[in-house]
Amino acid sequence: MTTANENAVAKYKNNFLKEVEATVEEGHWVKMCMQCGVCAGSCPFGPHWEHSPQKIFMMIRAGKREEVLKSDSMWMCTSCYNCMVRCPRELPITHIMHGLANYAYRLGLSPKGQPNQAIAKLFWDSALKYGRVNELKFSLAMYFRDGFVQGVKNALAMQSVGLGLVKAGRLNPMEIISGHTCKDTSGIHKMIAKAREIEDRRRGLA
Amino acid sequence: MTKKQYAFYPGCSSQKGASAANYITSFGVICDKLDIQLNEIPDWNCCAASIGYAEGGELPRIVMGARNLALSEQHLPGQDIVSGCPACWLANREATERLQHSSSLMAEANEALKEVSLNLRSDFNTKSRHFTEVLIEDIGYAAMKEAVIKPLAGVKIAGYVGCQANRPYGIAGESFENPQYLDKMIETCGAEAVPYDQKVTCCGGALAFSEPEKAQALIQDIVGSAYDHGADMIVTPCPLCQANVEIYQSEINKKKGTKFNMPVVYYTQLMNVAYGGSIKEAGLDGQLIRAEKLEKIAGK
Amino acid sequence: MADNKFAAYICSGCGLGDKFNIAGLEKVAKTEGKMTVIKTHPFLCNAEGVQMIKDDIANDGVTHLCIAACSRRAKTEAFVFPTAAVSRANLREGVLWIVAEGSDHDEVRQEMAEDYVRMGCAEIKKMKVPEGNVKESSSKRILVVGGGMSGMTAAMAAADAGYEVVLVEKTGALGGFAKNLFKRVPFAAPYAEAQPTGVAELAAQVSSHPKIKVHLNSTLAETAGAPGRFTAKVAQESGSVTEELCGAIVQTTGFTTYDIAKLPELGGGQANVVDQAGLEALAIAANGGAIKRADGKEVKSVAFVQCAGQRDESGTHLAYCSGHCCATSIKQAMYFKDANPDIDAVVIYDDLRVPGMGEDFYRSAQQKGVIFTKGKASKVTGGDSCKVEFKDLILDETATVDADLVVLATGQVPNAGVNLDEWTTINTAADGGNEEAKQQRTALESTSVLNLAYRQGPDMPQFKYGFADSHFICFPYETRRTGIYAAGPMRRPMDMLQATEDATGAALKAIQAVENVGLGRSPFPRVGDLSFPTARLEGCTQCKRCTVECPFGAIDEDERRFPLFNEERCRRCGTCMGACPVRVISFENYSCDTVGSQVKAVNVPDEEDEKPRILILACENDAYPALDMAGMQRLTYSAFVRVIPVRCLGSVNTIWITDALGAGYDGVMMMGCQKGDNYQCHFVKGSEMAYYRLSKIGDTLKGMGLEPERMLTYEIAITDGARVAKIIDDYVAQLIEMGPSPMKGFG
Repeated sequence: MTTANENAVAKYKNNFLKEVEATVEEGHWVKMCMQCGVCAGSCPFGPHWEHSPQKIFMMIRAGKREEVLKSDSMWMCTSCYNCMVRCPRELPITHIMHGLANYAYRLGLSPKGQPNQAIAKLFWDSALKYGRVNELKFSLAMYFRDGFVQGVKNALAMQSVGLGLVKAGRLNPMEIISGHTCKDTSGIHKMIAKAREIEDRRRGLA
Repeated sequence: MTKKQYAFYPGCSSQKGASAANYITSFGVICDKLDIQLNEIPDWNCCAASIGYAEGGELPRIVMGARNLALSEQHLPGQDIVSGCPACWLANREATERLQHSSSLMAEANEALKEVSLNLRSDFNTKSRHFTEVLIEDIGYAAMKEAVIKPLAGVKIAGYVGCQANRPYGIAGESFENPQYLDKMIETCGAEAVPYDQKVTCCGGALAFSEPEKAQALIQDIVGSAYDHGADMIVTPCPLCQANVEIYQSEINKKKGTKFNMPVVYYTQLMNVAYGGSIKEAGLDGQLIRAEKLEKIAGK
Repeated sequence: MADNKFAAYICSGCGLGDKFNIAGLEKVAKTEGKMTVIKTHPFLCNAEGVQMIKDDIANDGVTHLCIAACSRRAKTEAFVFPTAAVSRANLREGVLWIVAEGSDHDEVRQEMAEDYVRMGCAEIKKMKVPEGNVKESSSKRILVVGGGMSGMTAAMAAADAGYEVVLVEKTGALGGFAKNLFKRVPFAAPYAEAQPTGVAELAAQVSSHPKIKVHLNSTLAETAGAPGRFTAKVAQESGSVTEELCGAIVQTTGFTTYDIAKLPELGGGQANVVDQAGLEALAIAANGGAIKRADGKEVKSVAFVQCAGQRDESGTHLAYCSGHCCATSIKQAMYFKDANPDIDAVVIYDDLRVPGMGEDFYRSAQQKGVIFTKGKASKVTGGDSCKVEFKDLILDETATVDADLVVLATGQVPNAGVNLDEWTTINTAADGGNEEAKQQRTALESTSVLNLAYRQGPDMPQFKYGFADSHFICFPYETRRTGIYAAGPMRRPMDMLQATEDATGAALKAIQAVENVGLGRSPFPRVGDLSFPTARLEGCTQCKRCTVECPFGAIDEDERRFPLFNEERCRRCGTCMGACPVRVISFENYSCDTVGSQVKAVNVPDEEDEKPRILILACENDAYPALDMAGMQRLTYSAFVRVIPVRCLGSVNTIWITDALGAGYDGVMMMGCQKGDNYQCHFVKGSEMAYYRLSKIGDTLKGMGLEPERMLTYEIAITDGARVAKIIDDYVAQLIEMGPSPMKGFG
């Protein structure tokens, strides 16, 4: 059986721009970049990524598929939307970066163990499980994602903060047993499964 | 006088016992004073937020919003959806606009909504709004000011708007680089809005968890600048900003040797106190770093 | 002089009466100014005040009047007395508004005002009313040289305005470069698609226009004369010559594409590497269908290399950007995408420059899927499968693009005729008897466009890179040959839309010229000026400085080698007057005497008074307005200065400076326009000439025992109001530091 990645390579051959246009959220905007670099200068995590949005877009046009999909740059997005509102060509850069991250992740090419990828997944899983995010479980899962020992360390490091929040009534320790939840969680699960099925079909990921 | 009716979308962090519980608490006195009625959308679900992108993808994320929109249309027809959390507001508004803009996306969303026996009409026109929009556009600065009974005289405040309360939508008529509305709201309460160059700096958002060093460097700038400009406290319209900027001060102190102890409160807490609310009513007992100047006024 | 009657009119309005002792000013006008009539009015520029002056002229025989009120730049519509000579003493902008407030300054303020009254009275005694020189037979026909887009547009604009036009075109058809284009870059909303050129339609309109006479296959064998009386010998290919009389000329001789063979490193000369003109030919052949290469193969991938042989820093190729080529490549990439969206079209650019509404066009090409890559091409290989090697400037790496066809975006080389600097050198040698130079001169003259019968050379002076010189900032179509206007890519690189706008502007300037010249008025920039220079030949030493220094080639020599003024070519700048060592050149209303008498009229204080006196000679185009502007902004500057406006710094005769310093002035400030490559001088070379002349005055000053800092020159722009006030105060402080002029008391 071929993987989704192999299928995509076969389908779009060397035209990565076309692939992005067809499969990535708001990907049809990539060709409209005019390479001014305002996005690169507007990112709060600017010093920390390898490729600016400007470069990512240029790499897409240059057909650098692997490099783009394996880049950690998209995962450095804080969703501050600064690049997006400043873009003189009005590209929805934030959404494109999210879309590229998602596509890379779904193809299995995104960098393994990337912490922001982990948190994004945990957030979604938490949201989906009960229909609403359970902050305590979400945080604990985050601390323990690197294993039990590291998790205890992480949790201890933030213990004073956690206790402060509990004291201030802003973190409920009882949530570990039962937290906020939607009534129709099963419906939500079915709804999301359906949405994913439709989207995967459309993007050739089915 | 009849109250203005809104469909209310609290969002996960604003639930009881969650990190922004005190934010919602502080709405009470304001809604009473300004004749606003917030009607919670029954069985609302998480908005999916921006950070949901990795696992969620496009359609599932939009569909999460679509369910909230459909529930609101069904149970609270004709009412604008109001949220206090900018991330929820953004996600709901984005879902609204994307669905209104694309008939194919709308068809796909409705296919998924069938699973929960809901449907969005192709011409649905529910507006998703932030609570500040309701105050500014429906109530107005003048009426906000009129309701003040305890002006917050002498309190110096750095108005920290942050990201998602400002971008990509923001408040109509405001600039992305230097929005004025929060400063104006601070001034309607009788407090002083100090010049503040970190007004729209990112706090790291959800990545404060996963990239603590990088996010804390931003937070250090945000808090440091408030001190530099002589602020007594920071005021924000965003639960995530509030949490990040308040919670990590002790961490930054540990790592960088700073002596940060800057209260970070919500604009609604300011208004609440100015409108005569108590410490408890204003949710000031929910602060990790207590806002003593406000508590003093609230206690009078 | 018996019939002359001199009058001074002093205005006490605008607060002048509150701050000045008007009786004192009247006394100065009477006892020192020797005015016959002296009247003060509380509101001189209102209808009643003006009527009072008019009545005096009509009934009382007043012929010369000094108006002591506001700046000569103010109330110009009220103070118009065509039959009288008028001088203006600038009491408002020049004194009231710039001298510091307060009674501490009352004394110097009054002294300054009295001096300006003295100067106005002195000046008017030396002035005459210009009589003008109406030329009944002056031609109003307009000659257009070059029948491309610019030329046809200029011809249509002039003809539609009612002027007869003669159009001379070298080739056998109208249309120029544009007729070989498949389509043109859009010039109308929504600026998204290439548009038909419209060249054939325009050519048909020109050919059938009743007011336009077209000479095809023709060149100019000689152009002689001056505005209003140019005679052009139009030589047909057949050898016959027709003489055409014209009033003004618009030159629109366009450009030639940079020779692709000079770019071997970019594949110039290799198969399947073409320039943009070559691609247009392929597109015309395809006529909207699949574009095929010279070998007949259908093009499936195309790469455009921008800035090919342009913006070159090595000095080998064109140093400049031709402006149109980015939009042209966008248009040409669309030719391919419109025929077949699957064709790969890549534009490799360094900076994509799309002026005007080109940004929309650029976006449209992106929508169509044209790929834009920021990079710098280093090597192109032609042949069956072409390759472009380039440095990717975003990803900072070298990369290669394969293509069936490569298009090089080369630049525009102006067709402005002979380079006069080169010609002058050769001409001087040839005149000296050098046989080789004579041959070179003949060869050079054969490339001339206008073949002007001017002693200054056969074409108009050029600026940089062979483009015609024109006042880039303020008066783009003006060349340094009065009545001859440049438009289109021979003036600067430009696209078709800019060229047509340019041509319309040049046509209007030509109309302005023929109308003014016919009335004996200066066409530009002293529009309407009736004065013109005359020389007292009995004093002339035939030094030729006037003929050489005239920026406009207006002065020839007669058979006795005396200067011969072509009045219609003259711009009335006075550079000849400034150049003349024996001071024989003058205008009726502007002469060595009109300024010199003002210099002498000023009351120069003694050393003991501790009041330095500084003369400012300020160019009336920028520096004098800047000084007025300082007044309008109520900035202050020292009351120790006395300002005399001059037509151009080029008109400054050094006698004024030596006279002033000899009379005990402590310093002289010369204020003119910026010179050099980015000149702002309204007369192009006037300020440059002045700086050159004045650079040599140091020895004279030394001979007088004066420090060189007693005379300084400044470049002042019209916006320099605040700066000029500071410059004055700084200079006054510097002079106070230096101490009084040693010449004081000797004058």
